[in-house]
Amino acid sequence: MTAAPASASGVAIDVKGLTKSFGGREVVHDLSMQVKRGTIYGFLGPNGSGKTTTIRMLCGLLTPDSGEGTCLGYDIRRDADKIKRRVGYMTQRFSLYQDLSVRENLEFVARLYGTRDARGAAREMIKRLGLSGREEQLAGELSGGWKQRLALGACTLPNPKLLLLDEPTAGVDPKARRDFWNEIHALAAEGLTVLVSTHYMDEAERCHEIAYIAYGHLLAHGTVDDVIAKSALSTYTVTGDNLNELAAELTGKPGVDMVAPFGTSLHVSGRDREALEASIAPYRDRPGLHWQHSEPSLEDVFIELMTRSKDNFQ
Amino acid sequence: MSMVSAPDQRRDTREPRFGFWRRSYAMVVKEFIQLRRDRVSFAMIVMIPVMQLLLFGFAINTTPRNLPTAVLLQEDSDLGRSILKALENTAYFRFTREVHDVAEFDNLLQSGKVLFGVEIPRGFERAVRRGDRPALLVAADATDPVAAGSALSTLGVVVQTALEHDLRTGDPPSLPFEIRAHARYNPAASSRLNIVPGLVGTILTMTMLIFTALSVTREIERGTMESLLSMPIKPVEVMFGKILPYVLVGFIQATLIIGIGVLLFGVPVRGSLMMLALLSTLFITTNLSIGYTFSTIVQNQLQAMQLSMMFFLPSILLSGFMFPFAGMPVWAQYLGEGLPLTHYVRIVRAIMLKGATMENIQYDAIALVVLMLLAMTIAVTRFRRTLD
Ligand SMILES: Nc1ncnc2c1ncn2[C@@H]1O[C@H](COP(=O)(O)OP(=O)(O)O)[C@@H](O)[C@H]1O
Ligand SMILES: [Mg+2]
Repeated sequence: MTAAPASASGVAIDVKGLTKSFGGREVVHDLSMQVKRGTIYGFLGPNGSGKTTTIRMLCGLLTPDSGEGTCLGYDIRRDADKIKRRVGYMTQRFSLYQDLSVRENLEFVARLYGTRDARGAAREMIKRLGLSGREEQLAGELSGGWKQRLALGACTLPNPKLLLLDEPTAGVDPKARRDFWNEIHALAAEGLTVLVSTHYMDEAERCHEIAYIAYGHLLAHGTVDDVIAKSALSTYTVTGDNLNELAAELTGKPGVDMVAPFGTSLHVSGRDREALEASIAPYRDRPGLHWQHSEPSLEDVFIELMTRSKDNFQ
Repeated sequence: MSMVSAPDQRRDTREPRFGFWRRSYAMVVKEFIQLRRDRVSFAMIVMIPVMQLLLFGFAINTTPRNLPTAVLLQEDSDLGRSILKALENTAYFRFTREVHDVAEFDNLLQSGKVLFGVEIPRGFERAVRRGDRPALLVAADATDPVAAGSALSTLGVVVQTALEHDLRTGDPPSLPFEIRAHARYNPAASSRLNIVPGLVGTILTMTMLIFTALSVTREIERGTMESLLSMPIKPVEVMFGKILPYVLVGFIQATLIIGIGVLLFGVPVRGSLMMLALLSTLFITTNLSIGYTFSTIVQNQLQAMQLSMMFFLPSILLSGFMFPFAGMPVWAQYLGEGLPLTHYVRIVRAIMLKGATMENIQYDAIALVVLMLLAMTIAVTRFRRTLD
């Protein structure tokens, strides 16, 4: 990489070797990451891979067993208080008060951060969130999409420098999801750093940089193109008849690391291009099949990384 | 739909001025709203003390009615019959036996067949007319001190009122005879007066413990703790926020209980009401702190309830509320000194019944402060600031 060693001002998150175990089971292993200020950083990985645990270590909610680093220039072990004052954390599960109204929740947050005019700040935020008319509704009675907007509003209210969003769009309809991402981009455009975990592939494409974590191991990071290029994966897209049969026949052949159906086509990938081509050669002339060498998709890369890591770490 | 605001880079994120007060205030407001929304809890604030007081008050202090009474008539006179009639009219006494000698009289009392015995001695009426103030003997089985006590205590007034138009003795309006009440078996009969003040403390202990014992576990079980911990609030501020609203609640309850005690059960407040209010608030805060400490120790709401019960039972038994403190073994007395209820029961009894001053009860007041600070210290150190 050509980037100069990150100066404190250029990097929002800089951690090295974070490790965390629960009851003897290592959930996050030797994780290092750097997030530049003003970027949207996607944190991808299957369920249970340690995304939430990592985010909690970043904002001082969990103490790493080993490893160190800084968040906004503050030590994650020693300066948890300072980090908390400058970081907005949106939890995976809705964690505002269900029995408080929209307005009361926002006022509570504003007061906790010492905002002088808590009522005014809450009123302003309600307007910006498009929640006018719902301010007296109990948070617990809002729909999923509105809850998520409220939660984002609550964590941006105290003017944080860094947002940590843990699967903010899980279970939200596509329209609300799109609006949400537009908002995140607007926030980033104005200088906020956003770390957002997700397991939607299409959302990865909307991030400036991504990191992929599986079984607690950070397996790849960089821009989407970087990650795809670094995977050195060769992929063939097959269309035609009886793809299920073909998939069964190809699975396990030398050089074939992954066979995955994608809608009406089949993706056949391998890291060793020669071995892969040798294995698929007998099928390439089969009538009714159309083979094409293609760029692997991000999903191909992730699935392959995950399958590989499963063999290594499980 | 508009965009969420971008952070205003000019606004700083330093520690705000009066941060401690602002954050504690935020917590207090939030807790108040939640309490108000929780209809059941809100109703309990009034229901629990009223129900408890009425149940305890009436069950322990049943207004004595129709207590079986034996009559030993040593003479047959108009005055004697009038007195007996007056006694029966009070509805405290029901004459079940008429006996003719002292041995039979004693026997009935001893065997518990009657709770009272009334003796009109020989020559009673004549002695009254002579102005000798003879004695009307009333013997009570005081093993049930409450029943015996209240009947005996009203005896004088009742008989006097009843006989007023019969006797017409004019001034001074005193009885022309003496009622010699003899509480047998338990001469130092305690009465309802002693129990109601103790009840104030017992009820407050129970309600206050439960209010705060669930407070932290509730946040954890509802998933709101994660958000709360990710914000810049300190353990002391969380604690104050969770305790303060209930100090007000406890104060309302105390007022209710003492009010009912005074109005319904006729308990006096002989000392300073101000001092009673002040020390009651201290006691309330002490209990809230202990409940809050429990909630920082336990893992879930069930454990919180169990721990509260573990604390509540000895409080009842060892505080001197149920059994006289001085009569307990020494080790139990030491345990009792560690319970806030012990000190509060002493304080309330002293203020309400004996009209005590601050000097009389300062030891107990200080003990309450010490217990409160101890609980708060444990709570703040036990509060988990991370999810580890
Ligand atoms: N507090 C905890 N105690 C024990 N195990 C935990 C705890 N938090 C998370 N885990 C475990 O750690 C693993 C990673 O969890 P998490 O970080 O939530 O993953 P993700 O957010 O990627 O789905 C899971 O297997 C989960 O069960
Ligand atoms: Mg998660």
